[in-house]
Amino acid sequence: MECSFGITGKDYVLLCSDMAAGRSIVRMKSDENKIKTLGPHLAMAYGGEPGDTNNFAEFVERNMRLYHIRNHYPLLPEAASAWVRRTLAESIRSKHPYAVNLLLAGYDTTTCKPHLYWIDYLGTKAVVPYAAHGMGVYVSLSTMDKWWFNDMNKREGVEVLKKCLDEVKKRLTVHFNFNCILIDKDGIHKINMDSEDPISEFEASQPKDIQVEVPNPPIDVGVTA
Amino acid sequence: MNSVLTQIQPSNPHSRLEGEDEFEQYTDSASWGSMAGFGNLNRTGGVMGMDVPRVSNPSAFLDMHTDNMSANPDAKIKIAHGTTTLAFRFKGGIIVAVDSRATAGSYIASGTVKKVIEINKFLLGTMAGGAADCQYWETYLGMQCRLYELRNKERISVAAASKILSNIVYQYKGMGLSMGTMVCGWDKTGPCIFYVDDDGQRLKGDLFSVGSGSTFAYGVLDQGYKWDLTDEEAQELGRRSIVAAGHRDAYSGNTCNLFHVKQEGWDFIGNYDINELWYEYENKKKADRESATAAPAAAASPIAVDQ
Repeated sequence: MECSFGITGKDYVLLCSDMAAGRSIVRMKSDENKIKTLGPHLAMAYGGEPGDTNNFAEFVERNMRLYHIRNHYPLLPEAASAWVRRTLAESIRSKHPYAVNLLLAGYDTTTCKPHLYWIDYLGTKAVVPYAAHGMGVYVSLSTMDKWWFNDMNKREGVEVLKKCLDEVKKRLTVHFNFNCILIDKDGIHKINMDSEDPISEFEASQPKDIQVEVPNPPIDVGVTA
Repeated sequence: MNSVLTQIQPSNPHSRLEGEDEFEQYTDSASWGSMAGFGNLNRTGGVMGMDVPRVSNPSAFLDMHTDNMSANPDAKIKIAHGTTTLAFRFKGGIIVAVDSRATAGSYIASGTVKKVIEINKFLLGTMAGGAADCQYWETYLGMQCRLYELRNKERISVAAASKILSNIVYQYKGMGLSMGTMVCGWDKTGPCIFYVDDDGQRLKGDLFSVGSGSTFAYGVLDQGYKWDLTDEEAQELGRRSIVAAGHRDAYSGNTCNLFHVKQEGWDFIGNYDINELWYEYENKKKADRESATAAPAAAASPIAVDQ
């Protein structure tokens, strides 16, 4: 019983995941973050077999970081998705496969395009404009089919996501809390979907000129003045 | 020359060379007894891997012969499980409360089990699921925490300690380990609880209950829980929750062990008989109810007022 959504827009991508964690019929936690930041412009929402999920997410996170340290620039979304897919494809053919499904979302800073990938534990990768995993598939894929269109601005994108979450609240027997992020040229931002107007709240919270946090900047080789 | 070399070289107790005599590997003193129960450690203290049944699918084999995961309740080996344990964080630290019953199938194997494992002065682990698995790995965790202290001249954080445990159980995922444990303690960040289970799942939280009686304990705990509990209120809440579970869950009961984790380490508060407590609570409830109904009735009656 879990669900996650991803929606791309004109120059951003939204990622949303439930926050429930537990064992059999008991929910032990309703504020577990199931979205992992993988770089300055890359994140993934993951779900599946408990234990595997966290282990795999941390494995991906560390490898993305390693690439960044070695090369002084992060892996672009396209390449990252290929690496994640291949890792899962190798895993499913091993003795102890990871049973993890994920939505990988990123913003390509070289082409200024948002990216969203639907990846499952079998090693399937689909490039999609909007997607869902888990129970959310059954109730809100049609919602997204109807309301999503090309090059949506942030407000319109959040509207569609809100419709999906409303549908989940209305039609699924379980109640979820949701956790949502937005990735754009400035990096990864938290979005509060419980607010009346998430986008106004988000814009108000942004400083005037944003510095993207680069954890490991390239070494300056040129002569400085 | 080669034969001389093999005589001089110490034999590796865990090597499984083909053609090696099957009994040869057990003759090394390190393989049994002399390692203080930690038989899977090599001489340098590293984990060599726990022995698993030598069949193609060890987990299916264990499933067939144990009643773990309730897949086969008629299995010959009944693993001791059925428990209520709880821990919660509040203003004054952490309360850890557990019952003390061990069952094997429908038989009560013991009523005086210590389900709180004292990892060190600042860390407690609780025991739910297989008693042996919890006891072994949490004692092992205690060793690793001590080694961390010696190496880093600093106490280990609860987050790091719980991650050592979750990494171990994740290694053995699907091989039949059965444990649901809460690692509780006080570190630089303050009081901290992590839930670690045999799936390899590791959750940080304020309030957890684990075991067959956990749902009953949650029922009392959730309703009475708030951050600003006093020490006495919190201890009473922990005790009351275990009593509630001990009353409703057949696999929990006997006595309740209560611990309080504070900044300067954990304190053992006491051991309480769950049956006695239950009737104490019942009598108190009845007395309170009587005095509550008697007082207004007396006040409402005009005759009673006249007299």
